[in-house]
Amino acid sequence: MEKALKKWWPLFILPTMAAFTIGFLIPFVWGLYLSFCEFTTVNDAVWVGLNNYVLAFTDPSSYFTHSLWYTALFSVVSTVIINVLGLTVAILLVRGIRGTNIFRTVFFMPNLIGGIVLGWLWQVLINGVLAKYGVTIVTNEWYGFWSLILVMTWQQLGYMMIIYISGLQSIPEELMEAASIDGANAWQTLRFVKLPMLMPSITICTFLTITNGFKLFDQNLALTNGMPPESRLMALDIYNTFYGRTGWAGAGQAKAVVFCIIVVAIALLQQKLTHSKEVQQ
Amino acid sequence: MAKQKSTLKRGTRILNSILTLVFSLISLAYVYPLFIMLVNSFKKKAYISRAPFTVPIPGSETWNKMYVGTQNYATGIEKTDFLHSFWFSLLITILSVFVILLFCSMTAWYINRVTSKLSKGVYALCLFSMVVPFQMVMFTLSKLANMLHLNTPLGIVIIYLGFGAGLAVFMFSGYMKSCPIAIEESAMIDGCSPPRTFFSIVLPILQPTYVSTAILEAMWIWNDYLLPYLVLDIKKYKTIPIAVQYLKGGYGSVDMGAMMAMLVLAIIPIIVLYLACQKFIISGVMAGAVKG
Repeated sequence: MEKALKKWWPLFILPTMAAFTIGFLIPFVWGLYLSFCEFTTVNDAVWVGLNNYVLAFTDPSSYFTHSLWYTALFSVVSTVIINVLGLTVAILLVRGIRGTNIFRTVFFMPNLIGGIVLGWLWQVLINGVLAKYGVTIVTNEWYGFWSLILVMTWQQLGYMMIIYISGLQSIPEELMEAASIDGANAWQTLRFVKLPMLMPSITICTFLTITNGFKLFDQNLALTNGMPPESRLMALDIYNTFYGRTGWAGAGQAKAVVFCIIVVAIALLQQKLTHSKEVQQ
Repeated sequence: MAKQKSTLKRGTRILNSILTLVFSLISLAYVYPLFIMLVNSFKKKAYISRAPFTVPIPGSETWNKMYVGTQNYATGIEKTDFLHSFWFSLLITILSVFVILLFCSMTAWYINRVTSKLSKGVYALCLFSMVVPFQMVMFTLSKLANMLHLNTPLGIVIIYLGFGAGLAVFMFSGYMKSCPIAIEESAMIDGCSPPRTFFSIVLPILQPTYVSTAILEAMWIWNDYLLPYLVLDIKKYKTIPIAVQYLKGGYGSVDMGAMMAMLVLAIIPIIVLYLACQKFIISGVMAGAVKG
């Protein structure tokens, strides 16, 4: 079978890979190359070595280094909050209380709404509340920070809840019975049976929330439009470097490469860390 | 013993009732932002920022002061050319999802049934592309799309195929690994060509994965903002997220009335679709997660 199929690769692989090459591979390699060049359009690129990288970190009017730890902090805080809440809601909802289906439907709904729409929707609400205290969402970067946390929690909680629910439902009944025969209380059951069995779900959920946190752009743009500049996450800072000022595309591409390396490294690290805690069944 | 058991049950019952009550309140709070948005879309724009939480009751004084009927909708639709945006969003989403499902399932089948360096390389690249942030490629991608004239709703489908391939190939591969190979093999021995084997045997087996992949990809493409904004010829084609963001304009203030009305119009189709087929959507997300 393998032999017969092998020569059919132009039909099975070529269309996908051609599009993949145009949509991803060429832009990726080209972007990597341009990060070492000075250019305004792609045709006038001149090799300048690491100059752009130096520029990205040292330019006093750039908020890149600030956005680095601001994004990291946002990503960690949102990951913890979303996962703790998502897991809690999941555990309470698998008890089979009345209305479970309605609650599940409601909590999942915001996931389907796009980031731009969500951002504008919440901007009105948050500014409405803040107005009572004489401030707005752009007064300083921490209003933007906690607003983003609120919006992202509202949006992603339901998604993580669904993944945790499916994880909880796949725990074998015998394990729970064995735990209750051994006299384990609710906390012990959670700590020593449910959580270890849930590690695959926790791996996925933390992976999704932490990478979503790092890559966040739409909500940041619509909610505060990156004002004050300290409230810019990395993605928005890079976007502004490219399109907000002329002559900075090189530095923008260098920032993008650094951003890419960070996200890939974190994804690999996270996979390794939580995978090692998964139990074999 | 029996008595103890029944009191325990009663305790659990009371706890469950309390939980139902608590979750009902949280659910109301969850829907509240959407409700406020709907109310605001019928208010005069001056009152949206000033009194966003006021809900005017028909006939009252605040009602006479704030209510503008469907005026915000008329302004918004005219300003954003919403109907065209809706059509572009729909066209791009449906075409892209269709193309992604067809070609990526074929690719996934090939790389799972043929062990070669090519197969391994394709799979590794797909995984890698899922992690890379869009900012890494956005500048060069928009230039390349312009050079190749892919800046139309049809052209962008090719880019979405390239960009959506990672997730789709990954999802199909996950399912393919647990699929029995015997039926395919016997079909081929009986003289079925590989394409025919794929379309008449593999494709029907993959049906549940088609549904969940379609949902995940559609959610992403329908709501995507930056990719179409940078790739499409923005003077001619605006998708819904672009149209909404465009209301803000370059400088000056936003017409909040039109904005609220457009948000309502952007959200309603999604919620209707969601309520109509939420079973598929939720189980699709679950299936996607298990494969991860």
